[in-house]
Amino acid sequence: MIRLENICVDFGGVRAIDNVSFEVDAGRITGLIGPNGAGKTTAFNVIAGALKPTTGRVMLDGQDITHLKPHQRANRGLARTFQIPHEFSRLTVLENLMAAASAPVGENVFNVLFRRNLFVAEEREIYKTARDTVRLLELDHVRDEKAGNLSGGQKKLVELGRALMRDPKLILLDEIGAGINRTLLGKLADKIKLLNIERDLTFCLIEHDLDYVSRLCDHVFVMAQGQLLTQGSVEDVRRDERVIEAYFGGGKYEAHS
Amino acid sequence: MELTGLFFYLVSILIAGGIYSLLCLGLNIQWGMGGVFNAGIAGFFATGAYASAILTTSTSAKHIGGFDLPVLAGLLGAGIISGCVGWAVAKICIRLKSDYLAMASIGIAEILRLVIVNESWLTNGSLGLSGVPRPFAGLASGRTADIVFLVFIWVIVIAVFFFSQRLYDSPWGRSLRAIRDNEQSASAAGKDVEKFRIQTFAIGCAIMGIAGGLSAHYFRFLSPSATDPLLVTFLVWVMLIAGGSGNNRGAIVGALSIWFLWSVTEIFTNRLPPEWITRSSFVRMLLVGLLLQYVLQRFRAGIIPEKAPKLRYSEEE
Repeated sequence: MIRLENICVDFGGVRAIDNVSFEVDAGRITGLIGPNGAGKTTAFNVIAGALKPTTGRVMLDGQDITHLKPHQRANRGLARTFQIPHEFSRLTVLENLMAAASAPVGENVFNVLFRRNLFVAEEREIYKTARDTVRLLELDHVRDEKAGNLSGGQKKLVELGRALMRDPKLILLDEIGAGINRTLLGKLADKIKLLNIERDLTFCLIEHDLDYVSRLCDHVFVMAQGQLLTQGSVEDVRRDERVIEAYFGGGKYEAHS
Repeated sequence: MELTGLFFYLVSILIAGGIYSLLCLGLNIQWGMGGVFNAGIAGFFATGAYASAILTTSTSAKHIGGFDLPVLAGLLGAGIISGCVGWAVAKICIRLKSDYLAMASIGIAEILRLVIVNESWLTNGSLGLSGVPRPFAGLASGRTADIVFLVFIWVIVIAVFFFSQRLYDSPWGRSLRAIRDNEQSASAAGKDVEKFRIQTFAIGCAIMGIAGGLSAHYFRFLSPSATDPLLVTFLVWVMLIAGGSGNNRGAIVGALSIWFLWSVTEIFTNRLPPEWITRSSFVRMLLVGLLLQYVLQRFRAGIIPEKAPKLRYSEEE
């Protein structure tokens, strides 16, 4: 579905991503793991369009989308959440979700001022989807609360809710689990699996908790120091010497223990 | 006698308050809803003032125009021209982050001011434009004309208020507020951030232009001093922040209350010994600053804070 081709990203003199190529298959839940600073979030930014790669191409369903801006990619079915919650802080939870929906008629200034009856039907649909999504994520009790007042975990759920509002093909989840308590995390995993099966949604997620990753993902890519180290099932990857070395620094620490 | 004097004093306060309400409503669309920092209000105010004045005055040998159009056409022109200038400015510098945009907009206001002072073929330079007509001039004369003007201006304020409410209470307004709160995730949700911000800036500037036009018609005379950033830009910001950024009612309440305080303090400062009077405007500015501090301590989000628009759909099905 989404394919990175020979992506390089330079930040000044630092090469954050070094010639990385991989493809996320449609219908799957794919994981992207690796130690801190491996370039995982940078890769997400390249996919979502927040960052232009220095070289390389981003392909969506066989089409080159490297030149597209983030909102154009979003309108082609790409949705994402952020590692640090980026909620619309002064909007209520329900508004956060409704604002994320695509509203081509209601976002036209002329319609808003002079032809208000035009967007009524569209708004009704957006409201219904938002209401159902709020229920799905069990945020009902804070529906009319300003999103800025929520807890960190709840904000993460709002992020996911906004992504779902767009009825996307692919959702990029950047550490959706960080800061969420265990019980909710379990529920969230079930929900992601359910969405994957029921709505045929493709997920690609960054996560540090390998048990969580193994519970969700069919396939993982491992990144380290800007490069793609290996890929495969979680169990295979976990046994891979190079992965262990990337995570724990290999022999250097073994000498001490 | 005392009473009628007081009455007409009140009328003049409410007229200026109406002009400030319009400026606040314009700024509220830009900053309150869109998070676009415009520190060049005076420039767009002046653009509108000159546009309307040039369109409505009778022909003069000293400068261009004198199109002798009706006042309403002049005001419409003021809105359109100011809006277009705003649109062009936004097209160039809307991508700047808020603090840089603020600096750029100060610069643009200064450019507009210099154009007004120096291009005398257009604006008659520092001599200014005189004989700017009042609307419905035949209806009343002398002081009663002020009452007519008061009604006229508040009809426009109310119209612009409903216009702003329509923008606020709409999917457009919701997406705009989302962009204000977080640009990155708004664009990840498919919003064309730049387009929204350009629209916001142009609409706000158009309203500021109408306010400028009204002030020209009220004073009947226009000179480059109308672009004083202290009285236009700074005071309008104070009004909006105190009244409640993001709330159209708050914008009007802020404009009226701050303007009322500003005017009433004038009564007292005018009784000061002569050597103090020259300094009084700074003292008043200080007072307004202190008041803003107090309001922000007491009411974080202004007197009437932002409120989510009512949902059109109750729990159905």
